[in-house]
Amino acid sequence: MSDTILRTADGKPLKAALMRASAVARRRAFMLVLPLLAFVLITFVVPIGQMLSRSVTNDAFSANMPSVVAWFAANPEGTEPDEAAYAALVVDLVNAANARTIGTVATRINYDVSGTRSLFTSTGRKAKNMEAPFKDAVLAADEEWGDKVVWAAMRNASAAVTTTFYQAATDRKLTDEGVYAKAPEDLRVYLTLFWRTFVLSGAVTLLCLILGFPVAHLLARLPMRISSLLMILVLLPFWTSLLVRTTSWMVLLQEQGILNNMLVYLGILEDNGRLALMYNQTGTIIAMTHILLPFMILPLYSVMKTIPITYTRAARSLGATSWTTFRRIYVPQTIPGIGAGGILVFILAVGYYITPALVGGATGTLISNQIAFHMQDSLNWSLAAALAAMLLAAVLALYWVYDRLVGIDNMKLG
Amino acid sequence: MADTKTTDAFVVFDRVQKSYDGETLVVKDLNLSMPKGEFLTMLGPSGSGKTTCLMMLAGFETATHGEILLDGRPINNIPPHKRGIGMVFQNYALFPHMSVAENLSFPLEVRGMDKTVREAKITRALDMVQMGQFANRRPAQLSGGQQQRIALARALVFEPELVLMDEPLGALDKQLREHMQFEITRLAHDLGITVVYVTHDQTEALTMSDRVAVFNDGRIQQLAPPASLYEAPQNSFVAQFIGENNTMEGIVTEISGDKCVVKLDDGELIDAKPVNVSKVGERTRVSIRPERVEMNKSRLQPGAHTLKATVREFIYMGDIFRTRLSVAGNDNFIIKTRNAPDAVRLEPGAEIEIGWLPQDCRALDA
Ligand SMILES: Nc1ncnc2c1ncn2[C@@H]1O[C@H](COP(=O)(O)OP(=O)(O)O)[C@@H](O)[C@H]1O
Ligand SMILES: [Mg+2]
Repeated sequence: MSDTILRTADGKPLKAALMRASAVARRRAFMLVLPLLAFVLITFVVPIGQMLSRSVTNDAFSANMPSVVAWFAANPEGTEPDEAAYAALVVDLVNAANARTIGTVATRINYDVSGTRSLFTSTGRKAKNMEAPFKDAVLAADEEWGDKVVWAAMRNASAAVTTTFYQAATDRKLTDEGVYAKAPEDLRVYLTLFWRTFVLSGAVTLLCLILGFPVAHLLARLPMRISSLLMILVLLPFWTSLLVRTTSWMVLLQEQGILNNMLVYLGILEDNGRLALMYNQTGTIIAMTHILLPFMILPLYSVMKTIPITYTRAARSLGATSWTTFRRIYVPQTIPGIGAGGILVFILAVGYYITPALVGGATGTLISNQIAFHMQDSLNWSLAAALAAMLLAAVLALYWVYDRLVGIDNMKLG
Repeated sequence: MADTKTTDAFVVFDRVQKSYDGETLVVKDLNLSMPKGEFLTMLGPSGSGKTTCLMMLAGFETATHGEILLDGRPINNIPPHKRGIGMVFQNYALFPHMSVAENLSFPLEVRGMDKTVREAKITRALDMVQMGQFANRRPAQLSGGQQQRIALARALVFEPELVLMDEPLGALDKQLREHMQFEITRLAHDLGITVVYVTHDQTEALTMSDRVAVFNDGRIQQLAPPASLYEAPQNSFVAQFIGENNTMEGIVTEISGDKCVVKLDDGELIDAKPVNVSKVGERTRVSIRPERVEMNKSRLQPGAHTLKATVREFIYMGDIFRTRLSVAGNDNFIIKTRNAPDAVRLEPGAEIEIGWLPQDCRALDA
């Protein structure tokens, strides 16, 4: 029991010798993946980190209103704003107006209490002429400064990090008491949108599965010559612009479109009873199913290709009807493909943007369209980031559920 | 007499033809009739249409022409799952997502049997192939030989009367294969089932079967019990395919009853038994087994023709000696002699004289 360490011929410990021998190989392998690693870091990890940090950063107000921030720090929550508070406010407003940052400040408070934008800009203009007592002067300029919720919003905006954008993304608003609560019914948008996004994506995934399964099966079973031809047809959509494909659906499905015209011409529909197939959820589902179908077919095909026909034959010879054979022998073996295709289509659908924007109308747009709106039009990037982060979290949660139910290693992408 | 034969027959192929592409016939003209309880082997080189025949019988391919009868009924009228035919596939086709017990339970479940009945039958079938303790394993956790046994048990568990096996031992090593050959024959006899067995291994065919159908080119070349197949091949394909064989070509010069004389292409005369030849002047290929060649003149019939031979190579194989000779222009003429105490070990270069009993040398088609 003295020396149990195995040694090489020249007396070095075997483990160390092995490590040294494989270290070179490992270093070389690492050098090979280094460019990709750098690429992924720069183009993926960094932007996502940025997005996550932007969704909680809160410097729009605190950077430009230092005196008010200082007053909030000195006085605990719930303190009535006194003369000192108003004095600090006036100083900050004057400085912000001069530095032309008052718009940023106003926008930030406006996120929490809508309609306060002009409160800041107009008072900012008057502030340089104000004299003590500042409380009366400010209130004389605008009554709304006495409103509790404005001060609650400002206190809220002076913290270093904030949950404001996540609160907004889950349809919660700041109340007069300075706490977040569910927004009134008519102001709730995002949860409905999230829900709709997941329901529509689920529907699209299911439709892709129902439509794609037989096609993939056919592709896997037909002789090579015919199946490669059909495969080209499946892949054809990839070679056409997404925009062109979406617009052709619009041409086909709109109220005065080809399909409706045909149905009316054939007398199946009344002229005034044309189907609304575009600019609603139906349009989104149809167009997205078409566009995402290949992502379902390809993984299914690659799994089905590896299932030998003898399993089906064995089941039949053992006395199973074709339906039982399909249900109990064939489908269970295609689960890796169903899982891979399902996850792929669902995740792509959840983040889909152009197609719902074009054909979705009012009821068929998805959360990604809202994110785009906040990125491009309202310029509330923090809210966009919060929405995107929630989407990311939901997708990760979905992966987790999938891993629990099916097992992530039980997924075959190709 | 002919009548009773057809009613006895359990499986009948009647002038069956099969084409996959409409251009070539894979099965050309198949006639076969098997009684209940027979172990019949289809033997033939790869691509000779054996699997196709089996698939037609199992109902996964339809005959292009002709009829297949199962127990007197045309098979086309019975869908595959109602035929009650057990099948063992070459790659076993055990369902990978089910355990061994579930695999065996499947045919019983689809027949709507109760759980208790199923369990009893599964246990019995697993014990039959000595795999009782593997019921909860997945097929992937079993060795090739064990999978083979499970495939066999699954094909037998629902007690079919007819079992089809397509090269079931093809993937096993030699020792295991020999053991399984024995097991399969024993089970088939014990259970009294009818078996159609497909293989391209002649030893397997000879050792296991009641009758062997030798396939080539989409036709049955000979259908006979193993012994007559080996000893009395009906044509040169069968003679070549089964066992080792020496052939020489020539022309028939004399023929009378069951004896003829053949003039080989280099002028030598030999005695032979006419099988596929009927008249003088016909070309023929004579065939003789290596172990039937005589070097000892005293064992030949008086007046028998003998040939001069030169020893080329002597191979010691333990139980036998294998000697390669040059005979009548054929440099690959093999003879086998038993390693008896008095056996001569021939030196390469030695000149000897060989002959045979006329009935051992068969004059077949050229
Ligand atoms: N599904 C099929 N389609 C077309 N040709 C086939 C098919 N199955 C077998 N063949 C052809 O039929 C011939 C006989 O095949 P098979 O019955 O499998 O022979 P064996 O089992 O004796 O090796 C082969 O030439 C093969 O190429
Ligand atoms: Mg075969």
